[in-house]
Amino acid sequence: MSIRNSRNGRTRRPLSVTANWRQNIIYIGFVIIFIFFAITLNDKGFLNPNNLLNIVRQTAMIAVMAIAMTFVLASGEIDLSVGAVAGLTSVTVAMAIDAWGMVFGIGAGIATGIAVGVFNGVLTTRVGIPSFLTTLAMMGIAKGVAMWISDTAAVPIINPTYSWLFGGGSLGRIPVLLFWMLVLGAAGHYFLKRTTFGRRVLATGGNETAARFSGIDTRSVKFRVLVVSSMAAALAGMLYAGRFQRGEGDELSVIAAAVLGGTSLFGGYGTVIGTIVGALMIGLINNGLILMGLEFSQQLIARGGIIILAVALSQKRN
Amino acid sequence: MGWREGMTSTPHAVSMRGIFKHFGGVQALEDVDLQINAGEIHALLGGNGAGKSTVLKILNGVHVPDQGSIEVFGQVLDEYTPEASRRAGIAMIYQEMSLIPTLTVAQNVFLTREARNRVGLIDDRMGERKAAEYFEMLEVDINPRALVADLGAGQRQLTEIVKAISQDARVLVLDEPSTTLSVSDVEKLFGFLRRLRSKGVAIIYVSHRMDEIVRVADRATILRDGKRIVTAPMSELSMELMIEHIVGKRSGGLTNMARKQAGLGDVLLELDKVSGARKPKEISLTVRRGEVVGIAGLLGSGRSSLAKVLFGIEPMTGGEIRIDGQPATIDRPRHAIEFGIALVPEARALQGLILPHTVSANLTLSVLDRVSDQWIVNRRAVREAASRQIDNLGIKAASQEHAVSTLSGGNQQKVVIGKWMAAEPEILILDEPTAGIDIGSKSEVIRLIRDLAERGKAILLISSELNELLVASNRIAVMSGGRLAGVIERDSLDGPAFADDDPVQGLKAAEQNLLARIQTAFQLGSEASVH
Repeated sequence: MSIRNSRNGRTRRPLSVTANWRQNIIYIGFVIIFIFFAITLNDKGFLNPNNLLNIVRQTAMIAVMAIAMTFVLASGEIDLSVGAVAGLTSVTVAMAIDAWGMVFGIGAGIATGIAVGVFNGVLTTRVGIPSFLTTLAMMGIAKGVAMWISDTAAVPIINPTYSWLFGGGSLGRIPVLLFWMLVLGAAGHYFLKRTTFGRRVLATGGNETAARFSGIDTRSVKFRVLVVSSMAAALAGMLYAGRFQRGEGDELSVIAAAVLGGTSLFGGYGTVIGTIVGALMIGLINNGLILMGLEFSQQLIARGGIIILAVALSQKRN
Repeated sequence: MGWREGMTSTPHAVSMRGIFKHFGGVQALEDVDLQINAGEIHALLGGNGAGKSTVLKILNGVHVPDQGSIEVFGQVLDEYTPEASRRAGIAMIYQEMSLIPTLTVAQNVFLTREARNRVGLIDDRMGERKAAEYFEMLEVDINPRALVADLGAGQRQLTEIVKAISQDARVLVLDEPSTTLSVSDVEKLFGFLRRLRSKGVAIIYVSHRMDEIVRVADRATILRDGKRIVTAPMSELSMELMIEHIVGKRSGGLTNMARKQAGLGDVLLELDKVSGARKPKEISLTVRRGEVVGIAGLLGSGRSSLAKVLFGIEPMTGGEIRIDGQPATIDRPRHAIEFGIALVPEARALQGLILPHTVSANLTLSVLDRVSDQWIVNRRAVREAASRQIDNLGIKAASQEHAVSTLSGGNQQKVVIGKWMAAEPEILILDEPTAGIDIGSKSEVIRLIRDLAERGKAILLISSELNELLVASNRIAVMSGGRLAGVIERDSLDGPAFADDDPVQGLKAAEQNLLARIQTAFQLGSEASVH
């Protein structure tokens, strides 16, 4: 039966390995896959520091979006537009830098994120369209606008400062992208676990009615997470632009990273650290499969299989 | 049909013998015997954690007993699975109903067993005719073509039972069937159960409402701490005896408590013709510091709507709320909290708790800002605030980091109450605060409400259990059709003869009086006054 709670309340959740291994499957899986590649791909330079840093460079953008996606999913919503918004922002930033310089470029990027986020947020929380549909529609709109304003031609960025700061640069051998990922990851983790906002996000996703009955303005919570998500997508787009890439079609990788990490698709539970490891794991798998010399078609199949396996193992059985 | 005529040769519909069951280190059942006759309504009683639901789950094939045997109509159950139990004719009617609201009554009754025409397509007409036959035979007035979503709670329950009967159920298990039903629906349910009984169906009836048990059951079995205490015909069990068996050595059930009239303070909450979108309508009521005002009425009388309007969940469309004499505008729960109002809502799992989250997270949800420095949650403050409520209310949990879903019903309810105690409200609104919790926890909750009143809070108590209202309240407001039918001084309900010498009889007499007032209010319609 149950024991009375100790007076000082210092009793913590029992950290038994057997009870929690499913929750921690992502970390176990990450280590196993890493060791597997380290052994089998040793002669192909998998463990070469440059290769490892490349994995970080390639996953940083996904990770940045997935950190925000963790909040969206934890609140019981979803944002399918992040990939398209990143793509749109790559274009608006490049065009604004081309026309008015770096500061305006950064401003344009941020403005793009805010505008899309407010649009998503208003439609979802005020008009009452489910976020799945709002952001699905926004995915198409953002893609279309990006193609329209750029005439589908790539706009190059010729601004070394911007490129160093957003995407291309490194301090010594450490890529600037790693700092973006770590700083935003730490902030995201702290916000979700330690602030009233994070608690309200989790409560909203856990049981919206009970949250409302507790005095939480659940509409405002959802509005804010959707705006944050679009802003993170815009930042990812700016990072892509700095790497002379155009991010697009990342939304599924972003959601997969969060879910792999242990965030619930149905709200109420989320972990930013898990999300970052999830994003790194996807990058790790991509990298390993390329080094193995698999064809693109084979890579897709293998990647899908590994993700299904990891998520299936992490599911609770009834 | 589901029952066979003339089964007099079979001694018991259900015979459970020497059942043992443990979970981990906890002995949930110890040598429990349970015999149910065909054609009887058998009450299964006990507090939270007494083992009732374990018995039901074993009978239903969800749990396998460690020891013991089960016979159903003389046939030994050799397998413990839900399918085997269903084949043996045992049907469980769940609290949370298993009907699909978007389908019709007939479609639900024959779900997965649909009538088919010659080419194998589903024939809804035939299903409707077959369903109509069942409803006619059991004298239930429900249109088989109606959508389940359009039915009231009472009709849904009856549909659910008819569905079970149509599947040849000979043993019906009803777990708290009346919690969502109005008084008239409960009457219908009882009439229906009696008809089933006369057709030889064995009925196991689980409820915390003692008055219902007394009215409907033939015999009762009482469990406590996993052991069977007694099985006896209802005629041999007085209300006091039953309560004594259920709560054991713990303090008795609901008896009259002292209600200090003299200590009432100033008027704190004042409603002036408060109206909602549909309900309530023009409610004028005052609550003083130190006073508990009970709100009585039938289901749908607008009591919960009034609570929601006062807490800013449903919009107020007219009238004025005054707190401490000052007009107060409340259009969202946060405003209500700022005015010192707290609402313990009626649906615990839906409105009160985030079940997968921890006890401490739930207990501090409504006071996040108070346990935080600016917007950073202070984990120590959270632990301390949670510990305070856990200690004050005696919440039994393995730790405050355990999910609320791991707690028993009574303790979950205490978490909801604790969550609002943490907000230190001046005005506390409780909507059915004791629904589904055992009689021991019930009297604790009522005592807590009285304590809070004594400390100068103003309390509105909504309850469908009259004895609870009578024990806790200083005054009782009767609502009907969204309107206030009248406000009664609690003491005026005591019968003159019993008042002092026999508190149990006195409470019973008061209950009769209050019930009469509620029914009069209902019959006279919204215009009538109780007085």
